[in-house]
Amino acid sequence: MRATRRIATALLGAAALMLSACSSDDGSGSDDQVTLSYAVWDQTQKAAMDQLAADFTKGHPTITVDVQLTPWEGYWTKLKAAATGGDAPDVFWMNGPNFQLYASNGVISPNPEQVDTSVYPEALVDLYTFDGKMYGLPKDMDTVGVWYNKTLFDAKKVPYPKDGWTWADFQDAAAKLTDPAKGVYGTAASLSSFQEYQYNTIAQAGGYVISPDGKSSGYADPKTIAGLKFWTDLIQKKHSPDLKTMTDTIPLQLFEAGKLGMYWGGSWDVLEFTGNDYTKDKVDVAPLPKGEKQATIIHGVANVVGAKGEHKDQAWEFVKYLGSQPAAQILGKTGPIPAYTGTQTDWVGAHPELKLQTFLDAVNYAVPFPVSKNTAAWNEAELSHLTKAWSGEQPIEQAATELATDMNALLAKE
Amino acid sequence: MTTPRKHRVTEALWGYAFIAPTALGLGLFYLWPVLQTAYFSFTEWGAFGGHTFSGLDNYERLVHDPEMGRALVNTFAYTLLGLLSIPLAIVFAALLNRKMRGVSVYRTFFFLPVVTMPVAVAMVWRWLYNGDYGLINYGLSLVGVDGPNWVADPDTALYALVVIGVWSSVGYNLIIFLAGMQAIPADYYEAAALDGAGAFRQFFRITLPLLSPTAFFVSVVSVIGSLQLFDLVYVISGSGAAARANPAFPRLQTVVQLFYDRAFVTNDRGYGAAIVMALLLIIVVLTAIQFRLQKRWVHYA
Repeated sequence: MRATRRIATALLGAAALMLSACSSDDGSGSDDQVTLSYAVWDQTQKAAMDQLAADFTKGHPTITVDVQLTPWEGYWTKLKAAATGGDAPDVFWMNGPNFQLYASNGVISPNPEQVDTSVYPEALVDLYTFDGKMYGLPKDMDTVGVWYNKTLFDAKKVPYPKDGWTWADFQDAAAKLTDPAKGVYGTAASLSSFQEYQYNTIAQAGGYVISPDGKSSGYADPKTIAGLKFWTDLIQKKHSPDLKTMTDTIPLQLFEAGKLGMYWGGSWDVLEFTGNDYTKDKVDVAPLPKGEKQATIIHGVANVVGAKGEHKDQAWEFVKYLGSQPAAQILGKTGPIPAYTGTQTDWVGAHPELKLQTFLDAVNYAVPFPVSKNTAAWNEAELSHLTKAWSGEQPIEQAATELATDMNALLAKE
Repeated sequence: MTTPRKHRVTEALWGYAFIAPTALGLGLFYLWPVLQTAYFSFTEWGAFGGHTFSGLDNYERLVHDPEMGRALVNTFAYTLLGLLSIPLAIVFAALLNRKMRGVSVYRTFFFLPVVTMPVAVAMVWRWLYNGDYGLINYGLSLVGVDGPNWVADPDTALYALVVIGVWSSVGYNLIIFLAGMQAIPADYYEAAALDGAGAFRQFFRITLPLLSPTAFFVSVVSVIGSLQLFDLVYVISGSGAAARANPAFPRLQTVVQLFYDRAFVTNDRGYGAAIVMALLLIIVVLTAIQFRLQKRWVHYA
């Protein structure tokens, strides 16, 4: 009996110790020393983020930052669960498709003061503005280009893509590069990344995905359909693998196996293609071809402040630092492209063998990533419908029109 | 001195005390969530919690949702075809239920897929099934057959899935059947042999009937497991928008996958709850039917 009581007392004591340990951790704000949590998803950027956090603490000795890495696969699920429990990190990475969901539900805070946003690409400032208020500051950016395999171009004596080339030039090159005997296709009309494929050609054709007020779908617009038809035509002419083949072996793998002449890819692919043994000395990049106009989708991550945090002032200080020129220069040494204008020279200079300036020049004609409050809902509808056109089951006009109907219904529910 | 009555009450109290830990766990982690889910199926959710009562809206939507219809057809087809694993397991169990060299090695081989992570299993099969570079189509090409894109072709995708499901469940079922066979007294076989029954006759007249209670258990468990199929499809085709880029997805989508997409991808938790409540109902009904039908074919020795 006495023994049990002694054990119970010991356990209680241990529990009390643990409790006090926890609370002392939380209460560090009481003596002006504050620890901010900063959630990020990219392992390759973890070191740069740690460096930024340390650099920030040098200027703000009372604030330390704890960089918390959650891999992409679980990032949004975890963040959503934490936000639902009122326990979101103080500062965290935000992307375009999720932004309005978090802003409209009051999970993130609008900026408490006006800052000079002319140093960032306008499309990114627009992307992170909701109901006239800006939330957080842009961290990095990415645009899209045409990566091409020089070896395959040389083999078919096709001239390399030039600045200002057009849809017709691209289609012509795709036809010439296609070699069924070798299993080589001119390009791949991928359906798994609208950011690199469909959204660009839709903008180039003069169409739109979602109206500026975010209330109606643009998929029934004939120009939008023209932007989609650009791709389905390539499949029909067999200048691109069919959808089944691209499902089994994704276009990126086909390109890295020398089976694709041209691959539409983001600026983030620099890391991939310079690290891959096959592509590292065979590829270069060109701007996207011109349709009715020249256009590329621009997207970028922003640092935002959680609305329910205890240290929102300090969190905003940190976000301002992350959006500053010195921070952008630290980021630019390792990639991705920093969003702050004029800090990108290091990024471009890292691989002089590639025309990386292409991605920066693209900012001048970039269009914003299409989003709304519940982007994920109609992103799914896009695939449900367009898959039928890509597989040849439905004409593209029909698939796109039906998609517009569904998407409008989903937007009406937001 | 205690009266018999008082004694019985004390005994009952002790009984409850003994089952309390399990009962509490069961109540807290199984029954309570089920009740909550049942309630949530009548509500509409915000992306970050908070819900409003919406009556039968979710169920009305469920009845008219073409995706739910497709998911049900696929799930039922998968469940039905997945039952193939039972006769296969019985045959293999009978073959392994003999005294021969290396029998434990064979048993281990058959059981390997069961202890392998389903995600790893699905990954490897995905490579095998690749239309252009997969081992299966390479094998077929040697005999002059141009194989399809197994999991990207609407005509083959579901069967390709069934093959993986059967392959990974045969081992588990086989072990249960082996145990069932070893519980059959050897005298029966000796008597049958004396009466002149050969191996086949013994199998059909003794082994199979006496194995029917085991077969019944296995069929109930596999039907429930098949109806809840998720991980295989998730690895083969992904979830949300990415999954729908696969032209065969309308033939791969299962009920639980649809639940996952609604509850966790498109932020539609109330509707997700309605989907799983419908699935729960289906499982209860199918299991009840199986218990009814067993009277016709299960022999308890």
